[in-house]
Amino acid sequence: MNAAASPAPAPQPLLYLDGVSVVFDGFKALNSLSLIVDPGELRAIIGPNGAGKTTMMDVITGKTRPTEGVVRFRDHDLTRLDEATIANLGIGRKFQKPTMFDALTVFENLELALKAPRGPVACLRWVLGGGDRARIAQTLEEVGLTARAHDRAGVLSHGQQQWLEIGMLLMQDPELLLVDEPVAGMTDQETEHTAALLVRIAGQRSVVVVEHDLEFVRALGSKVTVLCEGALLSEGSIDHVQNDPRVIEVYLGR
Amino acid sequence: MTLRLVLAGAILLLALLPVLNRMPAESALHVSDFVVSVSGKWITYAVLALAIDLAWGYAGILSLGHGAFFALGGYAIGMHLMRLIGPRGVYGHPVLPDFMVFLGYQKLPWYWLGFDHFPFAILMAMAVPGLLALVVGYLAFRSRITGVYLSIITQALTYALMLAFFRNDMGFGGNNGFTDFKELLGMPLNTPNARSVLFYASLVLLVLSLWLCSVITRSKLGRVLVAIRDAESRVRFLGYDVTQHKLFVFVLSAVLAGLAGALYVPQVGIINPGEFSPGNSIEAVIWVAVGGRGTLVGALLGAFSVNALKTWLTTVAPDLWLFALGGLFVAVTLFLPRGLIGLFTKAPK
Repeated sequence: MNAAASPAPAPQPLLYLDGVSVVFDGFKALNSLSLIVDPGELRAIIGPNGAGKTTMMDVITGKTRPTEGVVRFRDHDLTRLDEATIANLGIGRKFQKPTMFDALTVFENLELALKAPRGPVACLRWVLGGGDRARIAQTLEEVGLTARAHDRAGVLSHGQQQWLEIGMLLMQDPELLLVDEPVAGMTDQETEHTAALLVRIAGQRSVVVVEHDLEFVRALGSKVTVLCEGALLSEGSIDHVQNDPRVIEVYLGR
Repeated sequence: MTLRLVLAGAILLLALLPVLNRMPAESALHVSDFVVSVSGKWITYAVLALAIDLAWGYAGILSLGHGAFFALGGYAIGMHLMRLIGPRGVYGHPVLPDFMVFLGYQKLPWYWLGFDHFPFAILMAMAVPGLLALVVGYLAFRSRITGVYLSIITQALTYALMLAFFRNDMGFGGNNGFTDFKELLGMPLNTPNARSVLFYASLVLLVLSLWLCSVITRSKLGRVLVAIRDAESRVRFLGYDVTQHKLFVFVLSAVLAGLAGALYVPQVGIINPGEFSPGNSIEAVIWVAVGGRGTLVGALLGAFSVNALKTWLTTVAPDLWLFALGGLFVAVTLFLPRGLIGLFTKAPK
């Protein structure tokens, strides 16, 4: 056998969706969608409202069961697992509307997200170690919330809540981050900072970003997937999809 | 900090009551038997309030059926007290309690076996409420039944148990329940000595419950529970098995309520199916709401203050009590969302 002659084996995709459909009362929220995300890849997903972006995230994280289709994460069939199990496999999600625990402080929010045994007894016996403290401090630094560490999450501004959500995602140490509209409500400067942060995270982890802001998507410099009416419309670089007549017709041209 | 001092002071003051009761009657410091027995009863209510607060105030599980766990604990100890009567019943049967003789039972039903032993009865006072909470909680939490639906289910649970315990053929004394208890642990009931012992046992249970609840609510588990209360689905996406956490706290809460009931019954000398009445459970929830849910001291404050009001009002104007209770609940909800404790502590920033 000549090793050089045989094609290099394709890396096993981290996330693999094939022919996924979700039907709500006859409405096809996803229509035979297929998507492959490789380890370490950064991927932007755009599409008009109702294109199925959030439904796709719901399917991956176990919130919604697909009517048909294959959803795999490494070797795990995600269609059979619940939200908590999927999260523990290494899939973290940031929701479109920031949801954190308002009654707890920023620090406590991060502590809850920190990767650690999740059972009730383990939580009762939990003692925050020096290493954990350092990791939380590092994440606070990364998302610019060090000064707010001991404020209640409920009093943060919208942009800061977005940051806290991203911070919580990092604490989970996931292999795959699903990030839904991370820069909504952020200033231009914050948006730039977020793009840089996501680019830095990708590489060690895979990141899937859903976003409306095309400038932000351009700043990510990643492969872009365009969804429309629950199906894949176009895929490629940002320039490629921006010049795709089908994309212009349904989305950009409006 | 001052709150903790006040709490410690209040507990010490309570602990003094049975001592003051032994003072000569003409002394200015003398405390009547009534005060001791009523306070002993309220202490068990305070444990019930803590149990409800742990589930509701922290984990957001609003059970309107906690009176059932309290009553089951009471029935467990009641069965023991009935067995201890032995041949001293009206009918003088060597084994069977009076009501069984009256209803024509030939022998003790199997589920009465073992209740002649005190440790077994106490074990059952914890295990029966705990197992019931485990089964009901598992079915409800696994199916993600929350909020008002869970409240209705727990309310139905206590109502169903009340109807069941009213039936004579259940073997729990029907609508008369158990009474005429003679002794417990070799000590004749209804004596100053027994009153003091039961009083201090209740106080010890209260302090231990308070300690346990405080350890839980200060731990990461406490923060997970608060997170579940405020954004349950978000907690799932962080990888926590919410069903497990809710079950843990619900079962623990039911066990505490059962123990409270087990100390309540020997003090009041009677247990009957009326203890399962839905109104009792709702009243206990109102104690917590009035005192301030989500703070342990608030639950205690609510249990004592609402029951003080009840004891006073049902003496001077018994017909007004339910209106007062309802009015209190509405007033607290509208004007004191953090309960009475909110008057003394600053709102979190």
